[in-house]
Amino acid sequence: MITDTQEAYGIVSRILHWGMALAVFAMFGLGWWMVGLDYYSPYYNSAPDLHRSAGMVLLAVLILRTAWRLANVKPDDADLTQIERRVSRVVHKTFYALLMILLVSGYLISTADGRALGIFGWFSVPSLVAWNGQEDAAGLVHEWSAYAVMALAVIHSAAALKHRFADKGRTRNRMWSGSA
Amino acid sequence: MARRITALSVAALVCFACPTHAADYEIDVKGAHASINFRIPHLGFSLMVGRFDKFSGAFSYDEKEPAAAKVSVEIDTASINSNHAERDKHLRAVDFLDVAQFPKATFVSKKVTPKGEGKADITGDLTLRGITKPVTIDAQLIGGGDDPWGGYRQGFSGKTTLVLADFGIVKELGPASKSVELELHVEGVRK
Repeated sequence: MITDTQEAYGIVSRILHWGMALAVFAMFGLGWWMVGLDYYSPYYNSAPDLHRSAGMVLLAVLILRTAWRLANVKPDDADLTQIERRVSRVVHKTFYALLMILLVSGYLISTADGRALGIFGWFSVPSLVAWNGQEDAAGLVHEWSAYAVMALAVIHSAAALKHRFADKGRTRNRMWSGSA
Repeated sequence: MARRITALSVAALVCFACPTHAADYEIDVKGAHASINFRIPHLGFSLMVGRFDKFSGAFSYDEKEPAAAKVSVEIDTASINSNHAERDKHLRAVDFLDVAQFPKATFVSKKVTPKGEGKADITGDLTLRGITKPVTIDAQLIGGGDDPWGGYRQGFSGKTTLVLADFGIVKELGPASKSVELELHVEGVRK
């Protein structure tokens, strides 16, 4: 299936989920590593360039993913307990919000002085706003929202593993194989 | 009332005539006739020039007695501006100015040694990143006199070189970039 159904996640949702999960972890690692680089490291310029470019691609993908989510039926979570259902919905919504904040704040750091943000040397995204102190404020938000996304990923993974191995319901494997 | 004004005017005239009384000046940051710039070699290939956008200061100066001059300047370190937001963000961080912990840098003169022709060595304490070291500013009088708007101004330029490591900035920028040149252009308005 391409689209999501009442029972299962379609291929588009699954590719978006795992692709972004992988990219977000890779970006966290890249970001962590690059800010500690020595000035004379050969990656001092290329690593942030990659980070910025990939971040803007991810922002586009996140917007598409949100649209796809809204356009599709949400596979039901009827076999979860009341509390699980509530928490998982909050976690999922928070993921979308935090990722949006994370990606937008990254864009705001790099465009804080009016410079455009070049993407893999193909094209550039112009600076839309540049206020005084923007790079510092956006920098703080970027750093803390990155940690928050990682913390949320831990909660999300723990819950997913619980459903996978401890529960027997429909949710156990469907983000990987589509249906249970 | 009229008598009182006259008395005040006489007192003012007496004071202006007083030859050894150094006048106090406030650095004209409001009209931005002052700037504090820095430059540091980049890889040894070029000079990277930046500035501090916010600072304030005052000096006292008497042309008949330049050795008695005093100057103090306070710089808002977070106002560093190298015309590149991402670099400025890094310069404000712990690797460089650590502005969260050290929001101010100050210079207070201790001794002025005139060298003639409007030149002088201004020795004083520079505090940067919480570290206070003596530095000498090579200063030059540019000019002074009545301005067209009823005020009286006096202007100077000065420069000094700081070794970054002396002030706890140990981030490795390469062999050509161990020290930074500070350049001050100040115009004071007499208070």
